[in-house]
Amino acid sequence: MSTNEGSVVMNDSPGAGQTAMRRVILCAGTGCMANGAMKVFERFRKEMDQAGLNVVLELRPEAGDRDVRLSKSGCQGFCQMGPLVSIVPDGILYTKVRAEDVPEIVERTLVSGEAVERLLYKDPATRRICRGLEDNPFYARQDRRVLRECGFLDPEDIREFMLHGGYSAAKKAFLEMSPENICKQISESGLRGRGGGGFPTGRKWEAARIQKAAKKYVICNGDEGDPGAFMNRSVMEGNPHSVIEGLMIAARAIGADQTFVYVRAEYPLAVERMNRAVADAEREGILGKNVFGTGLTLKCNVLEGAGAFVCGEETAMIASIEGRRGMPTPKPPFPAQSGLWGKPTIINNVETLAHVPRIINEGAAAFRSIGTPESPGTKTFALTGHVANTGLVEVPFGTKLRELVLEISGGITDDNGKPMKNGFKAVQIGGPSGGCLTEEHLDLPLAYDSLRKVGAMVGSGGLVVLNQRTCMVSMARFFMEFTQRESCGKCVLCREGTKQLLALLDDVIEGRADAGTLDLLEKLGRAVQVGSLCGLGKTAPNPVLSTLRYFRKEYEEHIFEKRCRTGRCKALLKPEINAERCKGCGLCIKSCPTGAISGEKKKPHHIDPELCIKCGACATACKLQAVEGV
Amino acid sequence: MATAHLTVDRAEKFRIVCGILDRHGYRPSGLIPILQAIQREYQYLPEEVLTFVATSLDLPPARVFGVATFYAHFALEQKGKHVIRICDGTACHVKQSLPILNAIHGELGTSEKQKTSIDALFTVETVACLGACGLAPVVVVDEQVYGGMTPERAVALVNEIKMQEIAGDAQAAAAAVNGELHVH
Repeated sequence: MSTNEGSVVMNDSPGAGQTAMRRVILCAGTGCMANGAMKVFERFRKEMDQAGLNVVLELRPEAGDRDVRLSKSGCQGFCQMGPLVSIVPDGILYTKVRAEDVPEIVERTLVSGEAVERLLYKDPATRRICRGLEDNPFYARQDRRVLRECGFLDPEDIREFMLHGGYSAAKKAFLEMSPENICKQISESGLRGRGGGGFPTGRKWEAARIQKAAKKYVICNGDEGDPGAFMNRSVMEGNPHSVIEGLMIAARAIGADQTFVYVRAEYPLAVERMNRAVADAEREGILGKNVFGTGLTLKCNVLEGAGAFVCGEETAMIASIEGRRGMPTPKPPFPAQSGLWGKPTIINNVETLAHVPRIINEGAAAFRSIGTPESPGTKTFALTGHVANTGLVEVPFGTKLRELVLEISGGITDDNGKPMKNGFKAVQIGGPSGGCLTEEHLDLPLAYDSLRKVGAMVGSGGLVVLNQRTCMVSMARFFMEFTQRESCGKCVLCREGTKQLLALLDDVIEGRADAGTLDLLEKLGRAVQVGSLCGLGKTAPNPVLSTLRYFRKEYEEHIFEKRCRTGRCKALLKPEINAERCKGCGLCIKSCPTGAISGEKKKPHHIDPELCIKCGACATACKLQAVEGV
Repeated sequence: MATAHLTVDRAEKFRIVCGILDRHGYRPSGLIPILQAIQREYQYLPEEVLTFVATSLDLPPARVFGVATFYAHFALEQKGKHVIRICDGTACHVKQSLPILNAIHGELGTSEKQKTSIDALFTVETVACLGACGLAPVVVVDEQVYGGMTPERAVALVNEIKMQEIAGDAQAAAAAVNGELHVH
């Protein structure tokens, strides 16, 4: 049902009172751009022109016979299969389109109206060919709301956004609703912060609204720092006006006249599109001195972060906007009471704000009708790692982890991207603050509280799927190295504790750990949780603690057997030559850079463990797979 | 001669910095955008410029240096002509980004400590997630994103840029000989 809703929009005519014009939409998300989407775009322009079609690049009210609109969209989500080309109203989705494919698409689809079968997505599980979104297993199970317009609207065209009902919620909030009513409606919807904490948005707004202050601020948190997450990036790039609209409603709700969008510096395209969106909104009189003719002023500034993960924390972000080192301060006072420059300030995540216009337009009950009672609505997830379909997905809260990780994902893959049967090992959820979950958790409904109970968190929504070839101790080390590097250094337990946790993990990985190491890891991990001021420190030990909880056996193998079952921990490798397989050809002797292998011709060779540097050159050289353990 | 040349250079440098400060209204709260604008101009933050900014904004130099060293985006040393960034976000990491980093280090003679190659052509950095996880593992050279990298492809890419540089140098040299380029 929900799926059909999504596809109706995709197949929709451009807007009310318009003739449906055939439209070619190129995904211009980062993934597709890197894969050459712009070349495809230019080729379309040329080939359509040559085929006698009238290339329409701008939004136009009337459509002629031979008019075809060519436009770019934000991320359509199916990043693995990019560059993507959608053709509406035909409902066709072409994948992995190269510039060379364009003449055929123009001739067969745009001129003759048929699909080019070889460019359609083929479901690897069933070998079924999928024409568009509704029969594509990647999209069919999703419920795209925040992302709905991302793959359709031209993110650089404010008029198209408005034609699709854009800014109508902001207008309603400014002209028909009191700040109190807005807060009430958001509270009733049960919307919770999508940035990780899951704090009820309405309560946050209400806390700022009741403050008596001449100056208040709203900040949009687009400092998506979790490695392996790109949901906010896609929304800012794909539908920047929806973020501004949410920001405007928040400002109206608390009585702010100045807003900021704080975007991560690593997202240049998001910065560019947000800036353009703000400028366009000002030109249309939506932002600026006289918002919707109310006489109210509302300004919006786009700020670029400077590369500090901790700035995703509210008080650190405030410090950063004030031009200082991004170090958190104790709460209370909460930003809603005393935030930016000591004034009441609310900070909301990009995705949280993008949900707001729909809640204002459709009502709290409609929003609550999906998801779970405690976690209403939908959530976007960045599905990455060892899966066939990496990309951006949106599902209602309460969806089972299994559905995302094993079904929408198209299955688990090995290191070379080939399907791997029974390959699932774990899923890392919530980034460096989250935890690793296993097979036994796959039937867990995805929601704030259910995940917290098992030691993980929704976080911003990064889902990294790991296959059997992944060493969980190394994985914990990877996150610990990240948080250790990103600790701002204010709290001793976070600054020094993460460093010691990292050193202990290195002991495990490099074979120096003993029976006491695991206890020490757990104790220290809990101490860091308790002794840190902000979310970074409080959650930094989560990856270690959750892997200790669910993959303790792997830690024990490293410590007591000095063995890594995946062979990824180099220091624990023990290369040996299988005497039965070895024919004594001498290839390994020649390949060894340290002269660690000896043996007579035609007799089994031997590796000297003292000299061996475990580089694996012998194993590569051996044609009989006689070198084992490397 | 050399000194005169330097003075002109410095005057020019501070003229640009003053322009940036003017645009930001000399507000201390604008420190980060100011430093970002300066870095866009010079690719790094020269020490003398930082002290100049501190004086102009009436801030203690420690505050300016504190900010400049806190954020990963700011560089206090000059970078190479081409900046190679290897993404080591989670998605890239599990898809084996480290062997790519090691291969590039090996090819250019760079390391974790010595990030810029001796010929100043390349700076090799790691970055925690570029948000292009769908293409993992990802390498970004200057602003161009390359997805689905392998150690072999990365080395080939680096060598291709090297060849272009050599060809470019030869062309520039030829042009100079032909009098097309004015040498200062």
